[in-house]
Amino acid sequence: MSEDTAPSPRVAAALGRLKQFLGEKLSAVTVDKKIIKVSVAPEALAEAAALLKEMGLDHVKGVTGVDLVALKPSEKAIEIIYHAGSYLDDELAPYVVNLAAKLPRENPVTESLVKIWPSAEYHERETYEMLGVVFKGHPNLKRLLLPEWWSDIPPLRKDYRPPGRE
Amino acid sequence: MQEEDRGAQELYVYDTGEGLVFSYGPQHPGTGHFRLIVRVLGDTVIDIEPDAGFVHRGEEKMCESKTWITNIPHLERPVILDSAGILYPYCLAVEKLMGVEPPPRAKYLRALMAELNRIGSHFYYFALYGVFLGIPTPFLWSFGDREFIVDLVQFIGGQRITHSYFVPGGVRNDAPAKVPAKLVQHFRTWYSEATGRRPSESELTDNFHKYVLHVADFIDSRLDYYWDLMLDNSIFITRTRGVGMLTPEEVASLGAVGVTLRASGLKRDVRVDEPYDAYGEVKFEIPVMVEGDGYARAVIAFREMKESLKIIRQLVEGMPDGPFKLKQHPINIRVPAGEAFARAEAAHGEMAYYIRSDGSDKPYRVRILAPSFRNLIVIPYTTRGKRIADIPVLYWSNNYWPVEWDR
Repeated sequence: MSEDTAPSPRVAAALGRLKQFLGEKLSAVTVDKKIIKVSVAPEALAEAAALLKEMGLDHVKGVTGVDLVALKPSEKAIEIIYHAGSYLDDELAPYVVNLAAKLPRENPVTESLVKIWPSAEYHERETYEMLGVVFKGHPNLKRLLLPEWWSDIPPLRKDYRPPGRE
Repeated sequence: MQEEDRGAQELYVYDTGEGLVFSYGPQHPGTGHFRLIVRVLGDTVIDIEPDAGFVHRGEEKMCESKTWITNIPHLERPVILDSAGILYPYCLAVEKLMGVEPPPRAKYLRALMAELNRIGSHFYYFALYGVFLGIPTPFLWSFGDREFIVDLVQFIGGQRITHSYFVPGGVRNDAPAKVPAKLVQHFRTWYSEATGRRPSESELTDNFHKYVLHVADFIDSRLDYYWDLMLDNSIFITRTRGVGMLTPEEVASLGAVGVTLRASGLKRDVRVDEPYDAYGEVKFEIPVMVEGDGYARAVIAFREMKESLKIIRQLVEGMPDGPFKLKQHPINIRVPAGEAFARAEAAHGEMAYYIRSDGSDKPYRVRILAPSFRNLIVIPYTTRGKRIADIPVLYWSNNYWPVEWDR
């Protein structure tokens, strides 16, 4: 069981390299079998993504935004998570690396990672409309799923109450 | 204000001076609820932009106001043909948070249900692929043959589609021991017609185990007819070969899933890469093609159905006895605080959930990472520079489902 839960030597070495490069800006690494979560400071997001891409994580499976206001009220943050994976590398294929950063809730602005991972394009657009996170440098940052006449706050923020469910 | 003006313009056909812009959909031949905004010069597509959201229901927001168990029925609504596939990772993720593992029989039943749904969904893919290309026969055939799969799903899960069969910690109910004798009688005729063999009274009885094996044989024989009808059909071949080609590097960069991924030479399948439930105990191949075009994608779907039948036979034969769920959960279970990410191979491709719990009876955040949403980027990428007549192939060959994209 133990070799099943610990990451392979190559992945462990890659995580070590990530720590070495990012230093202080890497706040936490948690490993749960094949799911690895790497939390970084918001300004290091692009740098960390470029490193992960270089290590062989060639696509993102999605971008998640979590409004942490009800969970951790003191932080006033929105956490964005890039779920990165690999297709071309056989050894990395079973792994999913969740690259996370906490953005200030008042002004959630971050650099778009579309240049590094083109697969993030539509996921970033969805996070933009659902949580109000602005991705600087995104080629086409506009609404995707919400109706054109939507004028309320981003609906996946915790202070948005759906009509009829107040 | 400009934004609003443009929104109004996009509804109509208008000339930009550098090409004509028009709406392809939301009511277009084939499946609806989705529109492409196309800019063309002559009949060459200069630019194309998918416009989604016609069936957006806010599933993710809905999850936050329902309990862990009452979330199950609405989460499978986006993909009614593959309700098992879309729900699978949700249950896996919740189980991760709860730190439980379902009993062996439940693992087999889940995999069985997932494979039956995969075949049902691929039949639909064939059906609509035919309709898109002006070959209506596959639609009628697929829906006729799919009926036997749907019947099985009904006997196991209690509903033809959207069965809410999976629950964290197992499945909702056990598979039956017998199927209705009347159905077996009806099936016997179809079976003989498709396979050319007449099963004896003792071979094909109302025993569930025997019936499933015969349905698998029946579908297997029927699939050969589909090969002749569609995949060996010169119209189908001319319309799909060389259309929407993607190299492995392009697929990896776009993060495409499902048939699009495997048709481009990448042997990736979550069932093998990160086996969950009973998939570690069954033997099957991941079909792979290198052409990366619309034709290869259809062949992948065809071969995946054959592999699914292999899996179904192994699952039914190796099905262990025992309980089918850990315990009967109350409707308001509390799930320990934390976060979990789980994925599974649904019919349309890799399906994943990211779940966050604050320890209460409702999820704090549920993120649905749907395969169709990930394949969306492939449509504009492959369509630019192509002909209008190729759009149906470029769109449908990715085994795409608009409702799953919108969620």
